[in-house]
Amino acid sequence: MFTLIRIELFKIFSKWRTYIGFIAIAALIPLIEIAMLIQKERTFDWITRSMGQSFIFVGNFLNTYFVSYLIINSIALHIPFLITLVAGDLLAGEATAGTYRMLLTRPVSRFKVVTSKFAAGLIYANMLVFWLALISMGLGYILFGTGELIVSKSAQIIIFERTDVIWRFVLAYGYAALCMCVVTSVAFFFSSLVENAIGPIITTMAIIIVFLIISAIDIDFFQKLKPFLFTSYMLNWQSFFDSPVDIDSIIKAVLVLAGHIAVLYTATLLIFKRKDILT
Amino acid sequence: MSCVFAGSFFNFVLAKTIIKDYSVSEAVIEIKNLNKHFKDIKAVNDLSFNVYKGDVFGFLGPNGAGKSTTIRMLLTLISPDSGSIKIFGKDLVKHRLEILRNTGAIIEKPDFYGYLTAYKNLEILGSISGHEIPKNRIMEVLELVGLEKRFKSKVKTFSHGMKQRLGLAQSLLHNPELIILDEPTTGLDPQGMKEIRDLILMLSKEQHKTILLSSHLLNEVEITANRMIIINKGNAKVEGDVRELLFAGKLNVKVDVGNPEDLNRIVTESRWGSFLDSKSNSTFIFNLETKEIPELNRFMVSNNIEVLSIVPTRSLEEYFLSITEKGA
Repeated sequence: MFTLIRIELFKIFSKWRTYIGFIAIAALIPLIEIAMLIQKERTFDWITRSMGQSFIFVGNFLNTYFVSYLIINSIALHIPFLITLVAGDLLAGEATAGTYRMLLTRPVSRFKVVTSKFAAGLIYANMLVFWLALISMGLGYILFGTGELIVSKSAQIIIFERTDVIWRFVLAYGYAALCMCVVTSVAFFFSSLVENAIGPIITTMAIIIVFLIISAIDIDFFQKLKPFLFTSYMLNWQSFFDSPVDIDSIIKAVLVLAGHIAVLYTATLLIFKRKDILT
Repeated sequence: MSCVFAGSFFNFVLAKTIIKDYSVSEAVIEIKNLNKHFKDIKAVNDLSFNVYKGDVFGFLGPNGAGKSTTIRMLLTLISPDSGSIKIFGKDLVKHRLEILRNTGAIIEKPDFYGYLTAYKNLEILGSISGHEIPKNRIMEVLELVGLEKRFKSKVKTFSHGMKQRLGLAQSLLHNPELIILDEPTTGLDPQGMKEIRDLILMLSKEQHKTILLSSHLLNEVEITANRMIIINKGNAKVEGDVRELLFAGKLNVKVDVGNPEDLNRIVTESRWGSFLDSKSNSTFIFNLETKEIPELNRFMVSNNIEVLSIVPTRSLEEYFLSITEKGA
């Protein structure tokens, strides 16, 4: 199994499309952070605009933590689109290229083929989130240094001491990685149904957009659907920046997301094991 | 005075060298009552046949006859609706991994990871072949198919013929006992086709591989195979020894001579006159049984006829068409 995962990762990282996500993050985040640095005063005014009348701010609030918090808040919903480019190609790409015939006539079980591809997809998704964290926090540290993290929630302002921030980011990025694993699972599932990678990529993107719209519209019928949509849980990483942290709701969200991954992987496996390879 | 035996008769001689007693031979592939349908189309219909150890087994049929579907079932890419497949005496479903460890295949057009080099493609396929494949083995098979100078090239830069050669290389990589070749010479130039045919014969004769050869080039099967099956509409039409199937009954034997007047005279005066079908210039066509060809040759030589060539004109193509048209 280890050999197969290694091969799948090698195949993933031999393709140009794999680097689109990494390049996009590496280009976008420095752009945001440098813009913030150039307009430091205006950025800080913008951050504190609703609080400036009531508080006097002393210290370095425009720091790597705050910048990273803003960035993850802004682009967490867009990273999935980058992930589908690779995850949607994992199985369908083999069908399109006709390489299923070579791969599946080797003495390897279909279970191992599917599992290794899935594992490689998950590794890729996690690497992309790790890359986001690394660029975001690393560059933020160089440009802005560290300090306290100020978080504005709907009814409160929370200021975390610098010693109280790192673990929250680690868990928030971990949670974001779990969300990206769900996106990988959705794209992987669609990838098993068709023989062209474009289909699963577009379908997964469409599903994310539709689910996000449904989650955002405040209509009773849609509200009833929300608990069943994985997109409803994609912003729950913010819970790690609550005080106190609502552990129960996070555990529930993690279980729902993990359930999605398990169901989608099992369905993909069952479909693939019975699939006639005609390409 | 010379005598040239060309075309099919040469093949007859070749086939004769590998004739054996199948009653005591070990069946490498045993297919029994195999069925597969896709929606309303019956792709394979109650198909049964055996391939024996050491055979070069020709698998023939027109387009849509069910050849590729059968081959895909043999390689577990497709599940049969019913019937059984045994390879190396073992049930394919129960012993899939063990069987595939000893099987190499090209299925239709060989496709590879175009963004990887030829070497890397083989390395990947070798690493999941169930055998330890040393690096020099990869170069060895690339050399065997004439791609050793392009081992660093990405496969997307390869022509169809080169991919075909690489397909053959990957099928031989792990030195399998059974080799299944679906259209292995498609896209190759005449020289390449000859090389592949020679390679198939070498694998059979020197390495004693069992080869299932599906091809639309009937001449290819005629040259390389010792046994064959012709299928149409998923059904076996005829199965047996290539020599027996091709040379059973009467053949049109084309004889070219240097002194046609002399031959015309002695033939009309002898019993061979009754076998003469037609004549034009220096060419005479006799309707003969295979065993009568050497007798006719001896007769002509002993009567000072300058025999330029003797060609039995009944080809597999003719035979194939007669079989498939009957079944159509």
